[in-house]
Amino acid sequence: MLEVINVCKTFDPGTVNEKKALTGVNLKIDEGEFVTVIGGNGAGKSTLLNAVAGVWPVDEGTIKIDGIDVTGIPDYKRAAYIGRVFQDPRAGTASALGIDENLALAGRRGHSRRLVWGISAKQRAEYKERLSDLNLGLEDRITTKMGVLSGGQRQAVTLLMATLQKPKLLLLDEHTAALDPKTAATVLETTEKIVNRDHITTLMITHNMHDAIVHGNRLIMMNNGNIILDISGEDKKKLTVKDLLNEFEKASGEEFANDKAILS
Amino acid sequence: MRSISPLTNFCTRGAYMGAIGEYLSSLSLSGLLSRIPAGVSQGLIWALMALGVYITFRILDIADLSVDGTFSTGGAVTVILIIGGMPPALAVLIAFVCGLVAGTVTGLLHTRLGIPAILAGILTQYALYSINLAIMGFKANTAVSADKYSLVVSGRSVNAAIIVSICFVAVIIALLYWFFGTERGMSVRATGCNQQMSKAQGININLNKVIGLALSNGLVALSGSLFAQYSGFADVNSGRGAIVIGLAAVIIGEVIGDAILGKRMNFAFRMIFIAIGAIIYYLIYTLVLWLKMDSNMMKLFTSVIVAICLAVPYLKNARLNSFRRAGKNSQTAVGGKKDA
Repeated sequence: MLEVINVCKTFDPGTVNEKKALTGVNLKIDEGEFVTVIGGNGAGKSTLLNAVAGVWPVDEGTIKIDGIDVTGIPDYKRAAYIGRVFQDPRAGTASALGIDENLALAGRRGHSRRLVWGISAKQRAEYKERLSDLNLGLEDRITTKMGVLSGGQRQAVTLLMATLQKPKLLLLDEHTAALDPKTAATVLETTEKIVNRDHITTLMITHNMHDAIVHGNRLIMMNNGNIILDISGEDKKKLTVKDLLNEFEKASGEEFANDKAILS
Repeated sequence: MRSISPLTNFCTRGAYMGAIGEYLSSLSLSGLLSRIPAGVSQGLIWALMALGVYITFRILDIADLSVDGTFSTGGAVTVILIIGGMPPALAVLIAFVCGLVAGTVTGLLHTRLGIPAILAGILTQYALYSINLAIMGFKANTAVSADKYSLVVSGRSVNAAIIVSICFVAVIIALLYWFFGTERGMSVRATGCNQQMSKAQGININLNKVIGLALSNGLVALSGSLFAQYSGFADVNSGRGAIVIGLAAVIIGEVIGDAILGKRMNFAFRMIFIAIGAIIYYLIYTLVLWLKMDSNMMKLFTSVIVAICLAVPYLKNARLNSFRRAGKNSQTAVGGKKDA
């Protein structure tokens, strides 16, 4: 479903701030796979997701979604294939618009925006049904402005927007990181429910190793702009946080050794 | 060391009182009342401009300064076309289209060439000054007589002007209400609210910004077109400071609308109150003129009002969230401990 082939991205090249964010990443995800992504700060997790989403053009490499080469097309056009949820709950919805209007906007993702009335009675009924799946009582206040909802409610609605039309690929960028632990657990549960129900190919970044192990059927770890660990199937089920920490330290240790090598 | 003795002081004060009395007696209430219809009709014409400013300032979150130029463009195009023999109604339509084009230029400068929106607007406005002069054959103003042409609105027949401009405002509000409820219009609102979200939902935000700017400037040119006919002439300077008047109308309308409707304020009411805001602005303007103040002082007056209105929400928040307040709370807490 998703193919990332030798993708490189350097920010601020040729300046003191030069940052090699992605260094030839290769990743192939099959249809229906739910991949969790972990790694330290600056490892390149978000950069990888942004490269796939098309936030900016990559320097080198190819990105294919469902066999279509999307490397040359910008984010708002790639959105036809991709559903996204961001870390900041305010980022995924338009706060001045109603819940129904936000869903209607998502309902036209990948289609032309016509000069016809934005929400039909039929759509409103469908949105109510979808909202009731969230168990947040939002179906009774469908015209409420997004801006007055809590962070958890907004993330849940953003998730619904991202999956209202089944995307070829769902990108979740630490979408529970800004929520309190209880709300985060609820949103994750909803994520799991929707992804499993609709068999959505998913890439989910998390900083919580436990979540990364419990959720999904494949786990990748990133460090220094590349993938250093890729575990799936039975091996992933057997993983413990301790295993991951060992792997992580191993990766950091290498980094340390490299620094030492440069200094000595 | 008093330079003025009590007696002379008394005399000057007496003279002042006399002058004030004279001034007050020179104001006639009937004079004010007779000017109100003209104020209302001008307010209604400027309401179209205020709705244009609302689209950019509130919906797109862009302060578009091109409107100062487009307002004059609307007037210049209309007057020249009418003198050239075109039916006034058609000239109004073409003025609207010219506004669309001017707004598109600002939009393309901003989205295609990466020029900050506010500067893109200033560039268009500056360029339009030359263009507006060129349209009028390099004369600063051109008259169009209501005697010779059957103008759409005219200050000569104020009551008819009020009815015609109410129709214009009503139709435009209805069309805007419809447009911003369509799939496209909704995506324009989303663009102004959250660009990241808009892109993630597949919305072409650059296209939407151009659409919003074009629509806004179209309305402003329409307003300028009617204003020129109402005044009987087009003036290259008629749009100077138009954005501030537009903002004043938007803010007055929103403040009054929120006070009256509170949470029941919806998009249609908001636009109606902006039109009311424009009328109120012109009634204040009428009052200022009636008080025999120099109309040139109106620009200062308007700026101060708009600055205060824009500052109030910020200051309210700052008062609730200030270091001074935190410091005071801290001192009281420490003081309380000492007492205990």
